[in-house]
This record gives sequence, C-alpha cells and structure tokens, in this order.
Amino acid sequence: MHRGKGMKFVGDSRIKAENKMPNVPKDYSEYPGKTEAFWPNFLLKEWMVGAVFLVGYLILTVAHPSPLERQADPTDTTYVPLPDWYFLSMYQLLKYEFASGPFNIVGALVMPGIAIGALMLVPFMDTTKERRPFKRPLPTAFMLLAFAAMFYLTWESVANHDWEKAKAQGEIREEVSFDPESEGYKIYAGASCIGCHGDAFEGGLGMPLADTGLTAEEITEIAKNGRGEMPGGTFKGTEEELHTLSEFISGLSTE
Amino acid sequence: MLNKIYDWVDERLDITPIWRDIADHEVPEHVNPAHHFSAFIYCFGGLTFFVTVIQILSGMFLTMYYTPDIENAWKSVYYLQNEVAFGEIVRGMHHWGASLVIVMMFLHTLRVFFTGSYKKPRELNWVVGVLIFVTMLGLGFTGYLLPWDMKAVFATKVGIEIAASVPFIGEWIKILLAGDSTILGAQTLTRFFAIHVFFLPAALLGLLAAHFIMIRRQGISGPL
Repeated sequence: MHRGKGMKFVGDSRIKAENKMPNVPKDYSEYPGKTEAFWPNFLLKEWMVGAVFLVGYLILTVAHPSPLERQADPTDTTYVPLPDWYFLSMYQLLKYEFASGPFNIVGALVMPGIAIGALMLVPFMDTTKERRPFKRPLPTAFMLLAFAAMFYLTWESVANHDWEKAKAQGEIREEVSFDPESEGYKIYAGASCIGCHGDAFEGGLGMPLADTGLTAEEITEIAKNGRGEMPGGTFKGTEEELHTLSEFISGLSTE
Repeated sequence: MLNKIYDWVDERLDITPIWRDIADHEVPEHVNPAHHFSAFIYCFGGLTFFVTVIQILSGMFLTMYYTPDIENAWKSVYYLQNEVAFGEIVRGMHHWGASLVIVMMFLHTLRVFFTGSYKKPRELNWVVGVLIFVTMLGLGFTGYLLPWDMKAVFATKVGIEIAASVPFIGEWIKILLAGDSTILGAQTLTRFFAIHVFFLPAALLGLLAAHFIMIRRQGISGPL
C-alpha cells in the first residue's frame, strides 16, 4: 500500500485514487458558480472576516472595562440582583402572575422547557423538503414569535430595572480606617447605629459614615433630631457619650 | 530537514489524509462572502468558534491568577483587574467574549433555521447544536459567580432557587450545584469553578467535535 505525500486523491481526500471504492467525492459540482479550496484560499478570507471582528471586539474590551462590584456580602438582604442579559427574558417571565408564586413552575420550568425542547425537535416537526422561509410559513412564524417574545421580555426587564440604584448598591467602597478598640467605636457598636450604618461604617439601610464632611456638632444634631429617612432620638446613651461618638464619626475617613 | 521528519512520521502513521481532509474540501460559492456579500450570514458559526477559542485561551490565563475560595476570589480578580499588566484586557476579553459568543450563537442558530439547513440529512447536527447552545448558557451561568462580587452571589442565589423549584429533583440539583441545601458559600464557589472550568468545557469540546465531524461528513447545505 502506498503511503505518504505522494499519495493521489480524488476530490475529497479521504478517498484514495487507487481505492476500489466508488469515487464519489463530496465536491460542490452540483451547485452553480465558483467553488474554491478551503485551504488556503477560503481560510484566508475567513481570517479577514475574523480580523475585522477581532478589531471590534478589542475596541469594546478597551472602551468598556469589565465590571466588578464590591466583594460579596451574603448578609446584605437589600441587594436587588439581575442576571446576565441573555437570562433576562427568563427572569422577567417569573415576575408575571401566571408564572410566579403558585405557578412558579410555569415560569421556571415549563416555558423554558418548551422553548428548548421545541428548538431541539424542529427538524422532526418541520420535515418537508422546502427550505425557503416564506415557503414554510408556520416554522418561520413560530420562530419570529419566539424571537419577538424574548425581545419583549428582555426589553421589559431592562426598562423596569432601577439602573441608578443597581450601580450604587454594587459600588466598591473604600475601606474606612478606624481603631476598633477606640472608645468611639465601642459606643458606636453598643448603640443601634451599627445596625443601619454597618460594622465598618460602609452603610446599609443608612448612609456610609466616612468622609461625610460634617462637624461633630452637626452629627450630634442629626443623632438627636434625625435627617431624611433617619429617625431622631435613636441614640440612648449619655450626652458625653454622644459627644465622643460625634467626634469619632466626624473624623472617619477612607484615607 | 522538516520534510524528512514529516516523511518519517507519515511513513509510519499515514498522517497525510488527516490534514488533507481539512485542507482539500471545496467551499461552494453561495457561502463565500467574497462572491456574495450577503453570504456573511454563513460566517456566524465560524465566528462563534473563533470567540470560543478566545474564551478558552483567555480563561486559561485568568486561572493563572484566580483563586476559587471565598476569601480570595474577589481579591484575586480585583488584583488581576487593577494591578496585573494587561489583566484588565484579558479579563475584559473573557467578559465581553462571553456575551459575544452568545450573540454569534443566536445569529448562527437563526441563520441555520431560516435557511432550513437543519433538514434531512442534517437533523442530528441541529440537535448537537442545540446541546452546544445549552452548554454555552451553562458556562455563562457558572462563570457569573466566579468573581464573587455582589451581583455574582445574588444572581446565583436566584438561579439556584429557580433550579430548586423543579419538582422531584429540584432539591437534588440544588445540592449538586451549591454543595449544601441551605448555604451558598465556599462549597458553591468551588463547585461552580469546577463546572465552569472542567465539566462544561469538556462537554463543549466533545459536542464541538461532533458538530464539526458531522459538517465534514455531510458538507454544507446547498443554496436556497
């Protein structure tokens, strides 16, 4: 048997010229027009398309650095999550009455299951020889309908999400430097402040407490009378403790 | 010299037909954008593969810095993003590539659907394609947790709750993914890392091989 580079092939290279098999190479002679070899002619053109694509891809990468929110804190129950964009349509589905609560199974399993199942079974449902989209109206219509539904759900999900809040809730916060042994921190931790403003002053229900730019007097004032959503009079300690605490908080910074 | 080495190997292993098979096949005019610009729709599958290769390469480089434990995962990503030379670019390519591969896959699916290319004899390749689709979504879902930032954990929490609501096997799927029936934590991160880096890529490579072998067997579908 002849081996090596000198071997002759007919069209499709898996079929050797001297073989006794019927020589039916898979060329495209039945199709009209110019065929060309994959290697190297066509691959070069594919690489040109790939290079153009790669330029766009890299511009996107450089122009928009990938996001990174602050380190996960599973105890923060106020966080409103959002999945990546390609799951938004499924996520949005779960917000409708017919697909949530007691019917959760409809949104979580039945509808995605039908979508994927139907997609997989397409060749076994659409068995005609016809390939042109307009000559097979039903499959075309169903696909357009499914696409429109996904587009609509994704759109609704994006439109109903509070993007400002989403940005704020995930922001990386500078760590506050403080002495946990200091008297001010002990008073802070002993009072109800820590519940809303966090054990490292990072905020939560309340605002972050570092770099507020407030004087100790102003902080005493806010602790007594409240401000915005913060109720007044929540600090139950003595005047002296409040003074120490205000001085302490006024001096907090992320430096 | 190289020719001699090649001949030596070829004489023993008959490797020529392996690469000739890829090199020799003809590409018909109707899929060639050089002849008809509208044929660019036939590029979507190839571009999906192109981005997949970039994902594998950039992912390999990411694991040189990434640490899959809850103490250091976020810190390692932060370090990679802000300190490592070109770390931002490598992570950026992996991040945007994850979206691009899904976009390209959607477009490729629509192209195959609207040109009716899934019809006999290519039914099986379509089924494998849908499996690749599902695998890619799984890769997207598991990769989302790995930076261990706020959105990662809370989006995964929602995802796992959805999986848990499946009747009968929901609880079992939840424990398989999260490593625990109640906690989403250290165990979950290592599992998602293993699934994202080993299990799903292995499945993906197998499916891609099947996809490509079938294309070579059947050839590309004819013009409309």
